[in-house]
Amino acid sequence: MEKELIYKIPSIYRDDFRIHGYRFGSGEKTLCIIGSMRGNEYQQIYTCSQLVKTLKKLEQEGKLCEEKEVLVIPSLNPCSMNIEKRFWPTDNTDINRMFPGYTLGETTQRIAAGVFEKISAYKNGIQFPSFYMPGKFCPHVRMMKTGYENVEKARQFGLPYIVLKVPKPYDTTTLNYNWQVWETDAFSLYGTSTEQLDEESAQEIIRCILRFMEGNGILKEEVTTPLESKVFSDREMVSVRPHKSGIYKSMVSVQERVIKGQLLAYILDACEGEIIEELRAPVDGVVFFEHDKPLVYANTAVIKLLP
Amino acid sequence: MITSIASVPLPVDETLEIKKNRFVPEDGGNGRRISIVTGIHGDELEGQLVCYEVARKIRENPQKLLGTVDLYPALNPLGIDSITRGIPGFDLDMNRIFPGVPDGAMTEYLATRIVKDLVGSDLCLDIHASNIYLTELPQIRINELHKETLVPLAKEANVDFVWVHGANTVLESTLAHSMNSLGVPTLVAEMGVGMRLTPEYAKQLTDGIFRLMQRLHIWEKEEIQVKEPIISENPDEICYMNAPVSGLFLKKKKHGVIVEKGEEIGAILNPYTGEIMESITAPSKGLLFTIREYPVVDEGSLLARILKREVEA
Ligand SMILES: [Zn+2]
Repeated sequence: MEKELIYKIPSIYRDDFRIHGYRFGSGEKTLCIIGSMRGNEYQQIYTCSQLVKTLKKLEQEGKLCEEKEVLVIPSLNPCSMNIEKRFWPTDNTDINRMFPGYTLGETTQRIAAGVFEKISAYKNGIQFPSFYMPGKFCPHVRMMKTGYENVEKARQFGLPYIVLKVPKPYDTTTLNYNWQVWETDAFSLYGTSTEQLDEESAQEIIRCILRFMEGNGILKEEVTTPLESKVFSDREMVSVRPHKSGIYKSMVSVQERVIKGQLLAYILDACEGEIIEELRAPVDGVVFFEHDKPLVYANTAVIKLLP
Repeated sequence: MITSIASVPLPVDETLEIKKNRFVPEDGGNGRRISIVTGIHGDELEGQLVCYEVARKIRENPQKLLGTVDLYPALNPLGIDSITRGIPGFDLDMNRIFPGVPDGAMTEYLATRIVKDLVGSDLCLDIHASNIYLTELPQIRINELHKETLVPLAKEANVDFVWVHGANTVLESTLAHSMNSLGVPTLVAEMGVGMRLTPEYAKQLTDGIFRLMQRLHIWEKEEIQVKEPIISENPDEICYMNAPVSGLFLKKKKHGVIVEKGEEIGAILNPYTGEIMESITAPSKGLLFTIREYPVVDEGSLLARILKREVEA
């Protein structure tokens, strides 16, 4: 393993901004893995750090193929994470809205360009993103439906679900989208959480990546067992939304199977404590996403069911 | 009459409402309608003073009003009230969610209500005030897709500069793009700086609004002089100057002046050592229409924009 500097911006008031990567093997650029891009993606950096540790051990045991190059970048944005801010400290821009970047542009455009130059030649790209709504997910692989998406390859992770998302205008500046356009097979891996550490979920994601590495000849021997995935479009999900705002009290958890009519959550009056709304499952299905904040705004999709 | 165009109950004993004030003549008027919207970005306040000036002039001269004027001073009321650029609680740029979906999250729902309410306007003006980092000369920005309809209108808006820029996928989710796509001509004004008011700009744009109202037969004829704006349709004419290093930027020129090639616009200073880290000079002659206001810069931060052309300030 070699630790290398991917990108740097000298700073005057604080330490230089640095992005470091960890390189395993050399030769064919086979896989690049990006951990957190925003300052609150703690589970993402944690999972990535555990992956670095795991790969280091596998390399020492001689189990990694030396001719295949794997680059792991745990954080594209240490300076936001160090001050517990989601977006870029000075101008609140999102690095994941700046790809493929511009070397003569604004700060986060330069970061995106500097990083993309180093990662765009890899055959496969994996990132650990977070959803713009706070909540917990069923672990899944998410891919943008650009026409370049490689669904068969996504099955190699053996995650229970593969979600195909139809891109919206603002998605065209994400890393996943641009990787695909530049002919990298790109996969976004969602574990359950973002701001809370979930050990089990981190280990599951690492197992999935090892499975993927086996499938692509990066691992010399089998260390995992294959698993089946269910493929579906994000449009198949059934959203459950409260009509009222208030305190959100959940009665289910992600990955749970529910039946039509089952009570999913209560909305309580925030001052008087009374139940003002009951949310019930409109269909049979699996709880794929669940809101995890104490308060909720009316009309927010608090639960997404996969029928 | 002040009415609510969208209303959402918040979790604890409060309702979020987006309000507008409608001015119509006593006899109902001719049905022609202009909508002035602002405050999508909660940290941009220049439009507040424009709304005030427009409302004041109508109140003082009600007999001159021939059609309908709708004022929407705060499309993002929670943002304005909490000094937040985006929608608080969502960390979301409100100008990236249009046209919205009716059964979507609160933000998406608000977007659909705004669009629905603006439909039917003969003209919509969306007033922005740059951001807290940059000061802008009063200008109208137009997506090239809509230039045929919008440039003739922009010429009467009493701005200094009309910038026709390239189409960009991301900008498809702005309010202006949604409205123009629905056939409501919508101009985007940018002027001044975030978190501050520039009274002379408010006055200037207000004159432009009344001139446009005359053109639309919403306001009775009166003598209003408007500036002939510089119009740029060529992206190669716009020169962007970004910070070569991080440090403290001190501007040396005011926006709106003509700079010569090589002339110093500002400098990036090092407060620890007393050294000038970089002197920032104009790469060519032209109109300095944007200048950095917020002093702390990262490498890459935008410092200035120049329209490279032989123009008179
Ligand atoms: Zn704005």
